[in-house]
Amino acid sequence: MRHAWRWLVPLAAVPVLALLAYGFRLNPRDIPSPLVGRPAAPFSLTSFDGAPVDLASLRGKVVVVNFWASWCYPACYEEAPVLERGWRAYRDRGVVVLGIDIQDKDEAARKFISDFGLTFPNAPDRGGKVSIDYGVYGVPETFFIDRDGHIRVKHVGAVTEGVFRENVERLLAAAPAAGR
Amino acid sequence: MIPEIGTGVLLVALTLAVYGALVAAVGGRRGRPALVQSAQHAALGVFVLLTAAFLLLIYAFLTFDFSVRYVANNTNLGTPFYYRITAVWGALEGSLVLWAWMLGLYTLLVVVRHRTTARELYPWVLTVMLGVLAFFVLVMTVPAPVFTRLAPVPADGRGLNPLLEDSGMITHPVALYLGFTGFTVPFAFAVAALVAGRVGDFWITTTRRWTIVAWYFLSLGLLIGGWWSYHVLGWGGYWAWDPVENAAFMPWLTATALLHSVMVQERRRMLRLWNLALVVLTFALTLFGTFLTRSGVIASVHAFTQGTIGVFFLAFLAVVVLVALGLIAWRWDSLGAQGELDSVISRESAFLLNNVMLVAATFTVFFGTVFPLLSEAVRGVKVSVGAPFFNQVNVPLFLSLIFLMGVGPLIAWRRASLANLKRNFLGPVLVGVVAAALFRLLGVGSVLVAVALALTLFVAACIAVDLFRATRARRAMGERTLPALGGLLLRHNRRYGGFVVHFAVLVVAVGVTGSQTWSVHTETTLKRGEQAELAGYHIRFDGLHESQESNHSKVTGTFTVVNGKAAGTVLQPAKKRYPQEQSPIAYVDYRLGFIDDIYLVLGDFAPDHTSVTVKIQVNRMVSWIWLGGVVLTLGTVLSVLPERRKAA
Repeated sequence: MRHAWRWLVPLAAVPVLALLAYGFRLNPRDIPSPLVGRPAAPFSLTSFDGAPVDLASLRGKVVVVNFWASWCYPACYEEAPVLERGWRAYRDRGVVVLGIDIQDKDEAARKFISDFGLTFPNAPDRGGKVSIDYGVYGVPETFFIDRDGHIRVKHVGAVTEGVFRENVERLLAAAPAAGR
Repeated sequence: MIPEIGTGVLLVALTLAVYGALVAAVGGRRGRPALVQSAQHAALGVFVLLTAAFLLLIYAFLTFDFSVRYVANNTNLGTPFYYRITAVWGALEGSLVLWAWMLGLYTLLVVVRHRTTARELYPWVLTVMLGVLAFFVLVMTVPAPVFTRLAPVPADGRGLNPLLEDSGMITHPVALYLGFTGFTVPFAFAVAALVAGRVGDFWITTTRRWTIVAWYFLSLGLLIGGWWSYHVLGWGGYWAWDPVENAAFMPWLTATALLHSVMVQERRRMLRLWNLALVVLTFALTLFGTFLTRSGVIASVHAFTQGTIGVFFLAFLAVVVLVALGLIAWRWDSLGAQGELDSVISRESAFLLNNVMLVAATFTVFFGTVFPLLSEAVRGVKVSVGAPFFNQVNVPLFLSLIFLMGVGPLIAWRRASLANLKRNFLGPVLVGVVAAALFRLLGVGSVLVAVALALTLFVAACIAVDLFRATRARRAMGERTLPALGGLLLRHNRRYGGFVVHFAVLVVAVGVTGSQTWSVHTETTLKRGEQAELAGYHIRFDGLHESQESNHSKVTGTFTVVNGKAAGTVLQPAKKRYPQEQSPIAYVDYRLGFIDDIYLVLGDFAPDHTSVTVKIQVNRMVSWIWLGGVVLTLGTVLSVLPERRKAA
């Protein structure tokens, strides 16, 4: 057949399409946090129930700090039950879940907490100081802090059952530093 | 109820579109008009259903129906009426509704216009249009369902992205999508021509107007996008070579090439293969644009979301490109040229050069846009190329294109004689050279700026020479000047419509050159009553006040221009704080002028409101860009009017 090479014309598009397909393996929002590996910034807040929430007092425990807001639909709504279940499953093993509500109205935040029946401590971040210290870009973002008070993982977006368990188990397995 | 009704409507539309596409293909292949007619009814049905879905969504927004997840995500009780309508296409799922609705509209218009005129191609055209439509409706039902129910129903929604609370949000997406979807028509005709084996010139002449209309809306969408960026984002610019801007620009470049190369095919029976390739490329690039915006593959300010939708788009893009190129390969032997290039100094060669430049520009923009992916794939490092790359590569290309814009319309077809060249170009070249020399003597900007401005004057002179000569010819037949000029524009509307569009491009080019060269800005902190000076304007800070709007709180600064032509102008830039946003949104205030725009952005302010940091810009000749858009509209209208030459 004449011009058999003409069938190469459609083939020329294949590398371009392959490159685009490769793009799916990447996450452009994957911005590495410089805080990972550093000591977690201390904060003391007052929870919605009026109880003090102090990070320093939790040294020796694995702390999951979750930044959320009642207007953050759907991600915060998806992860709230996950966090509550995680808290109930792991609290006896030395894990604390802390919710920090940012840029929110108190009334809406309280409704959110009661709607999901959250029992772990939740505190409003008035003035936004804590979210600035943690370099929060948006909600939800979750920080996994080890027993020595170092940030080990920053998770952007809704926390899933798998993400919660995997990180918490790993931090629980890690031996606490000397002196403890 | 709305989520269920909406989903049902879309499912029926999907079924109908798939049915129509198949039935039209069978009808085309077996020569059964009844089947094609049935496909026609399907097209009408799909359009009616999509209209219903669209209205249903608008209704859900207007009535704050937060049981629809999309509504809850993109509006709240404070969203003003007007923006509740634009919020319909403010995010991924809704933008697809608008997109599909427009595609449905184009399909219906094709039915109305071509059902009797394009017999052999028509069934296949319907197949392609309904096939593309089916794909979009599929996306609307599976990876990006717009009518998902939300339970429990929240008391209030999240609210619209504040940057989208702007009048540009009505016009920008509408124009852009009309452009994007419009290119489906020439693509459908091209594929139909290949399938039916009628690769002659019929499909080209039939789709000329469609291509112009799509091209016009795309141009308008790009310009309005620039305007939105200029007056909303507060950086004083209108183009950033953002991946998604590039994604809209690339089909514009190839479509511009196409508009010129079809003339060569019509006149000289050349470039058949090239034109088919350009149509396929243009349509593929519109899909690539939607893919980029909606897949999250490349980070961009325009990016909607991530999810499985990208996979759908990429798969569809692959099918479109492979099938279309496969068809071209299949018909390869009948795509040869009948005419041939007689001389390098001719109009066809000017057009060819124009096409090469435009495609080269497309390639560089494409390369720059996907470069981050390429570098990560090859070296494992994420590197983006910024504006410097795009500017460096494209400025010479665009300057050459402007030069060709003067040459192309005046030079003779086939072979230009020395006499023809002298007659047409001696004057304009002199104008250009003298202007360049003058600009340099007066110290106007850099060499590049002098060249750019001289080139635009050269082209303007070319247009003037042609108009003058043609008018004189009519006057010689006894007409008066103005009627002669008017008659000329109307009788040869295709040619002179093109001229007007060229002129619009010149106006935009001057605006771009001027604004890049002569704009100045400063940032300063002022106490109440103090003045700042920039480019001869004295601007006084009069005070700040706070206010509460329906869905946000706002701090407004008041500034007064105290001298010069703009004396007494009060500007009130503000900072808006939306509960759903982390950081405040700047609200720019500006005074537009023919030459100078005064443009203020409010920065930080003291808690007691006694002092404020303000960014003052005097942007020059930016208005010419918007003015160019108006001229462009006139030119396009002129060139798609029915031709009257034969009647004359």
